[in-house]
Amino acid sequence: MTARPLLAVDGIAKRFRGLRAVDGVGFDVPQGGIVALIGPNGAGKTTVFNLIAGVYRPDAGRIFLDGADITGLRPDQICKAGIARTFQIVRPFGGLSVLDNVVVGALRQTADLAAARRAALAILERLGLAAKAAQPAHALTLPERKRLETARALATRPKLLLLDEVMAGLRPVEIDGMVAVLTALCRETGLTILLTEHVMRAVMALSHKIVVLHHGQKICEGPPAIVARDPQVLRSYLGSVGRHGGGVAVPC
Amino acid sequence: MLLANILVAGLLTGAVYALMALGLSVIFGVIRIVNFAHGEMMVLGMFGAWALNRFLHLDPLWAMPLVAAALFLAGYALQRGLINRFVARPEHMQFLLMLAIAIMLTSAMLMGFGPDARNVQLDYAFDSYDLGGLLVDKVRVLAAGGAVAGAALLWAFFRFARTGKAIRACADNYLGAQVVGLDVKRLYAITFGIGAACVGAAGSLMLLLVDVHPYLATDYTLLAFIIVIVGGLGSLGGALLGGLLIGLSEALSGFFIDPSMKSMFSYGLLILVLLVRPQGLLGRRL
Amino acid sequence: MRAPFSSLFAGRPRRAPAALALFVAAMAAMPLVAGDYLLSVLILVLFAAYLAQAWNIMMGFAGLLSIGHALYIGIGAYASAALFVHYGTSPWIGMLAGVTIAALAGAAIGALSFRFKVGGVYFALLTIAFAEFTRILADHFGWIGASSGLFLPVANRATSDVWHLRGAPVMFYYLLLAAVLALLALGRLLLGRRIGYYWQAIREDEEAAKALGIDVFRCKLAAVTLSAGLTAVAGVFHAFYYNNLYPETIFAIGRSVELMLPAIIGGLGTLFGPILGAFLLTGLSEALTNATADWGIDGLKQLLYGLVLAIVVVLRPDGIWPWIAARLGLGAAPHPPASRVPPSARERSEGALPQGQP
Repeated sequence: MTARPLLAVDGIAKRFRGLRAVDGVGFDVPQGGIVALIGPNGAGKTTVFNLIAGVYRPDAGRIFLDGADITGLRPDQICKAGIARTFQIVRPFGGLSVLDNVVVGALRQTADLAAARRAALAILERLGLAAKAAQPAHALTLPERKRLETARALATRPKLLLLDEVMAGLRPVEIDGMVAVLTALCRETGLTILLTEHVMRAVMALSHKIVVLHHGQKICEGPPAIVARDPQVLRSYLGSVGRHGGGVAVPC
Repeated sequence: MLLANILVAGLLTGAVYALMALGLSVIFGVIRIVNFAHGEMMVLGMFGAWALNRFLHLDPLWAMPLVAAALFLAGYALQRGLINRFVARPEHMQFLLMLAIAIMLTSAMLMGFGPDARNVQLDYAFDSYDLGGLLVDKVRVLAAGGAVAGAALLWAFFRFARTGKAIRACADNYLGAQVVGLDVKRLYAITFGIGAACVGAAGSLMLLLVDVHPYLATDYTLLAFIIVIVGGLGSLGGALLGGLLIGLSEALSGFFIDPSMKSMFSYGLLILVLLVRPQGLLGRRL
Repeated sequence: MRAPFSSLFAGRPRRAPAALALFVAAMAAMPLVAGDYLLSVLILVLFAAYLAQAWNIMMGFAGLLSIGHALYIGIGAYASAALFVHYGTSPWIGMLAGVTIAALAGAAIGALSFRFKVGGVYFALLTIAFAEFTRILADHFGWIGASSGLFLPVANRATSDVWHLRGAPVMFYYLLLAAVLALLALGRLLLGRRIGYYWQAIREDEEAAKALGIDVFRCKLAAVTLSAGLTAVAGVFHAFYYNNLYPETIFAIGRSVELMLPAIIGGLGTLFGPILGAFLLTGLSEALTNATADWGIDGLKQLLYGLVLAIVVVLRPDGIWPWIAARLGLGAAPHPPASRVPPSARERSEGALPQGQP
């Protein structure tokens, strides 16, 4: 018997005022895997995220987490079920300290404040934000805020982490650092990640599988090396140039 | 026939309410600032018209453009000098600022005009038209006529004038307006001025119908809110519809139930609309 | 888990408990030295501090702007006073009734608003509407005296009957002082718990809070219910201290507005800000009354009051307490809401009325 995927997305669709933002998309995210959802702007990546995270209710299709149907649940219920997400446009709790931002997430698992603080500090340590713990979140730089988003989501101890372009705006060194952190997390804690990303360097380095969206439809799915050579993907997404591998950052 | 008289009187008063509410709607619709000093500005307009009548013997109807112009300038200066700094602040800070302005306006009027009710003596105050048994007060017709003229002017401004179109662009897309090089600060100041002019004009007209004293302000502020929200924020037609509806509802509840309970029905209407159709009767879906 | 009392000072510099002890001692000793006038002013300060603290739970902690809190004062006042006048019921039992009704009213208003996604300014206007609606209703409700008022038999000021809240002002002074301190402790306790963190998260960003698994609806409902119930307690003291109630004044929107000011001026979301704000504003108001009485100009007092308000709003948007606390080395109280919102907040404020839009 093959292992049951952690997340199974089955033919979900969403229309906004007649426009088909997502049209019958389906894919699996295996337990412990890292899957990247890529595609040009407007391909429907963020909408897929919002459908999984419960911000929108799909017009059609179903979403399963660990075999349980989570279609149409509210965002907070989805989080309780074990899916945490970051926002593409970061949304820190600006007036709270960096530590307290993460404590809010950590309180998902424990009502004991001291324990929540310890957990939050450990995560900040991991993401290199421990030195900033006491600062108000609105004082952080954009790359720091992106890491804070990730830290806050991780603090809820999700089974599945949805990362919405957490690498955008980072310098190459910072990207490598983030990639290292995420791979280590998956290896050590069995975390599963679904991410959208424009930074190909990160996508290629991280993901076990890539799902390519175009105009709201899935046009390709497979291991990075295969997807990067797929002619349809190259045509629709990478433009005319067929360079695959490191360093190709598709302009936003 | 009595009922018909009351309905017509309610509708005509409602037209003046509508002009007052239009001022609030314009300010909120564009600047996104909730003008909690709106009633104070209304009463200021009433006192302005009263002073012009008392000292220059001007009919409130003719005082209306002067009062509107004066309030435009005051509103322009206020937005430019003070309120504009609060545009991006949280709502409670804006509320507090407008409250401070409201308190100062009321107390200034108290110092200037005293706490007593004032009115204007007009030789046509008790004239009325007899339309086949339907009695309509002349003052009410004039006030409503003035209000409709004011609203029409406002509509034409936003529809045809360059500045009016620019302000509309500003309201639809703040960032976009900045990008294409519109002077948003100036447009905001003009918008606040226009809102103030509307309410000033409405105040002049209202003086034809009621006596003025400084403590009327809070009631007018709340009334303007009710009308704007019932009709739909940022919708010209909505403010008109809301004003007429509230005018009617006040007249009917005052007649059938108890004059002291008339505003309860207005609040009831507000609660109902907020819960069932929060964008207002004619508001666009936000 | 820490004991509630010690957690009052958790994470604060050492000076804070000492300063608080000094404050409590000074307030407790006040009636020994204060004359009748000063005592009456201090009672006003305590009323203002208590109400601002109760309101602060909603706005300062959870970011819910209510401009209709007079509703809950009125409910507490009328419930306890009417039961006392008609049946001789002890105000403490009346308080139970008043608090329950007020909490239910708050919960109902909250549930309706949050279910229908009424937020921001619209929520504030809705709270005004409910308060005004009730005011006019009370004006026509004979059992509580309607518009001609409800009067309590005037108390014998010589003896203090705490069970029936009949007695000298000093009794009310100590009761109110205890209430203010209890609310201070409660505030500290709540902010150190899950619910306090959740409220602040919701205040800062509702969508992000949802994504972290917070049931926003329930948390907001808890804030409104708690704040409403606590506000009603002050209503009971109000009724038995003043001995007369008119819908016109007790439910007045002016009262709703007035009770917010100490919290905003003192520092929203802080624990001691509302208390400081109450001292400053009540003191200012009394000083202006005394000063301007000599000149005999109607409205001058209000004009100056408005001016001071405007100056504070412009110069100290975060309130006065965080600023003072930093200078006294008392450590700023837990994070006040940001008074300068990022540009993106403009879009968000326009979304105050989400209509199922993508």
